Amino acid sequence: MAHFTCEVVYRGIFQKNLAARISRGIVLSARKAGRWGIAFGRYGDSPQRNGIPAKDFAIVADTQEELEQNMARYEPKEVDVTICVDDTLSKGVESWAWYGLQPINRLTIPNGTLLMTSLQTPEQLLKDIHKKDAPYSLALIPAKASFSGLWVYKEDHTEARVLGALSKLQPGFLSLDAVCQAITEAEWGSDLKAASARKSHERLTTRPVKMTEGNSETPFAFEKPKWWEMREGVTIPAIPVGKPMEGGKGYVPERNPYFKKYTTRTMRPVIDFDKCVKCTLCWIQCPDSCFDVTPDGLYDANMESCCGCGVCEAVCPAKECVTMVREDAFDDNASQWEMWRKDKTQYTTWLGNKIKSKEHVVRSHGFRFRGQYEEEIKQELEQGGTEITAGIPGENAAGKQR
Amino acid sequence: MAVVTTTPPAAPTASDDKEMLISGSEACAEALTLADLDVVTAYPIRPYDTVMQAIAKKIANGNLVAEYIVAEGEHSQFEVVKHASTVGARVFCGSSGVGWMYAMECLVVTPPLRVPMVCMVGNRALDDPGAFGVEHNDALSVRDLGWMLIWVDTAQEMLDTTLLAYRIAEDRRVFLPCAISADGAFLTHSQTIVQVPSRAKVDKFLPRYDRGDLLLHPDNPITVAPQANEDWVIEIRRQNNEAMNRAYTVIEEAYADFRKTFGRGPENPWFEEYMTEDADVILMGMGTISLPFKVGIRNMRAQGKKVGLIRPRWFRPFPTEKMVAALQGAKAIGVIDRDYSFGSPFGSGVVANEIRASMYNAEKRPPLLSFICGLGGREVTLEDVYKAADLCFEAASSGKSPLKTLWLGVRE
Repeated sequence: MAHFTCEVVYRGIFQKNLAARISRGIVLSARKAGRWGIAFGRYGDSPQRNGIPAKDFAIVADTQEELEQNMARYEPKEVDVTICVDDTLSKGVESWAWYGLQPINRLTIPNGTLLMTSLQTPEQLLKDIHKKDAPYSLALIPAKASFSGLWVYKEDHTEARVLGALSKLQPGFLSLDAVCQAITEAEWGSDLKAASARKSHERLTTRPVKMTEGNSETPFAFEKPKWWEMREGVTIPAIPVGKPMEGGKGYVPERNPYFKKYTTRTMRPVIDFDKCVKCTLCWIQCPDSCFDVTPDGLYDANMESCCGCGVCEAVCPAKECVTMVREDAFDDNASQWEMWRKDKTQYTTWLGNKIKSKEHVVRSHGFRFRGQYEEEIKQELEQGGTEITAGIPGENAAGKQR
Repeated sequence: MAVVTTTPPAAPTASDDKEMLISGSEACAEALTLADLDVVTAYPIRPYDTVMQAIAKKIANGNLVAEYIVAEGEHSQFEVVKHASTVGARVFCGSSGVGWMYAMECLVVTPPLRVPMVCMVGNRALDDPGAFGVEHNDALSVRDLGWMLIWVDTAQEMLDTTLLAYRIAEDRRVFLPCAISADGAFLTHSQTIVQVPSRAKVDKFLPRYDRGDLLLHPDNPITVAPQANEDWVIEIRRQNNEAMNRAYTVIEEAYADFRKTFGRGPENPWFEEYMTEDADVILMGMGTISLPFKVGIRNMRAQGKKVGLIRPRWFRPFPTEKMVAALQGAKAIGVIDRDYSFGSPFGSGVVANEIRASMYNAEKRPPLLSFICGLGGREVTLEDVYKAADLCFEAASSGKSPLKTLWLGVRE
């Protein structure tokens, strides 16, 4: 009797189909050896929302009864392998499905594995990944966060590479041959993808992580009220009016203390306060009221409430005042304005490092501008790409009519 | 509008049997494809929308030829299929939670018109608060109206039951609508291994829908649903009652034939009995709640506790005599409702009070405990299962049941 449990942590919309392919791939691969399995998403998540952290699960077991034993709950209490397909999620996961911040390795069993796609080093990632009270392994597939979601699926072989890597971590449940067979048979599969799985299997690097390693911050958590403590009539109190920032000047709005949602962020605005013209547009347009008004009339994006939508950058009329920068360039949520106020020269250097680095400002998810996808398609075709004409829904409707 | 498929299906072979990794909703769509559905209407609401997406894909991929009509709300959605059914189309529809309630006027008129519509209700908590976890109150709202109601537990059972539902509903002796309830999340969104039968077997099991003398067609001029006064209504209700009573036999026949054709399916269509043969305590609950209960029961059995589970499938028509007979050996019964009925006798859920009513004239009336659990999709934990079972064992030894309904898994 044996079973294997796995979670796939991904970003809503951008990676929904990727996560589904991985969790289904696990069950279908294990089925090759006659095992039983289930693949499901965490229902309370909201994977139809841009960037919201969400989870899929796959459980496989030797017998149906053993599978039932392990699936008789809303989600597994622990997993053998946590798969994370976007390394900005290493900072923790806050979903629609629960309150508080959950470390990325929270469900990983002692001596289990956290398998990530990332171009960062383990040491860089461990600045963000929370400490765990048990040792585990960090396995890395060198890759950018895949953009393989609901509307656009980038066939970058991430699903095949993850499955190939899993076959190295859990050969007893998923043999490399079974994985390759399942990949070849999948509607999205090909021999080329099976080859990617084999390469990923060979090249996977794994590093043990000690209990002493990782981000020592305590993730924020909340206790939910008892039924008799809650207000009646499905009502909740309004968020109170905010307060001046200091000395009767500026303005800091009150914010929802239970749901911060900043783990939705894959990029954050970096502000050049010396270029700000105090037009108020970022403050007014921000859909999350994330800007604090400073005593000197500047606007400081509060990183505990910014979900990284980029509206501030889009509406700012001053050149290079607001720049969206990839989240992996940061290790904390500290106030930029405080940094600027303390030492302007140091801030300018810091700012320059962030916004001048091309790898930091290239977007991992979504599009940098309207029509970018059409442009990219055109470019790829011009460079010898092949237009996809197979696998389009409805293409064979006429042929199959009875 | 020509909606009935006229060309005969291509001759399929038995080797078309296959295994798929699909969700309960996708299993429903597989069955609809095998049943050669004619008209489907759609209006999105979670978790039912997973079915309409799966059907849309089937049609787009050329696996199914059917009219797919996107309505502007559930009210129209159910009206459209009702009319399509009267002109002879095999129809499918579905909804969840308040979407189902919005269609209520159409749901009410479907049984008296003897429209054998098959629906999937992706069980969802009714608003407010807006939430999409499972509760059974949506489907239960039509329990008195002439709808046949069944709760399923697995994706396999969903596929099989969808085929059975057409066979039963479209039987001329019945001609009543049938709603198949599937728990949101646990069934609609979880993918498991499902055996999908061949078209050849399905064609053997499921005859074409023949509306006969009730077909609305220029060659068969009739009026459907004329206005009537007190001279007519009670007779029409009496007819409906008769149709529901005839469904008992038709359901037994259909399941027997299903087993013969497909080589699987339950001996007892009405409810699943799990480890009940020697059970002192019998727990009861509908839908996917059976999973934590079965696991809990296996663990308790390992400790020598004689406990079993009855999972009702058919709620309408309700198998009164069979249920009473199955409960005669128990020393205590614990009914777990994933629904509520505020102000009801003992404040119990709907299922518990149905069981109480069924047992009133029974020879043995073991103590009955009523629990409400898992509302709004709250996880039913093994601790909840053990607590319910322990209280039942206490009642079994004292011979007395607490009159109060117990809520499990609430923060208090």
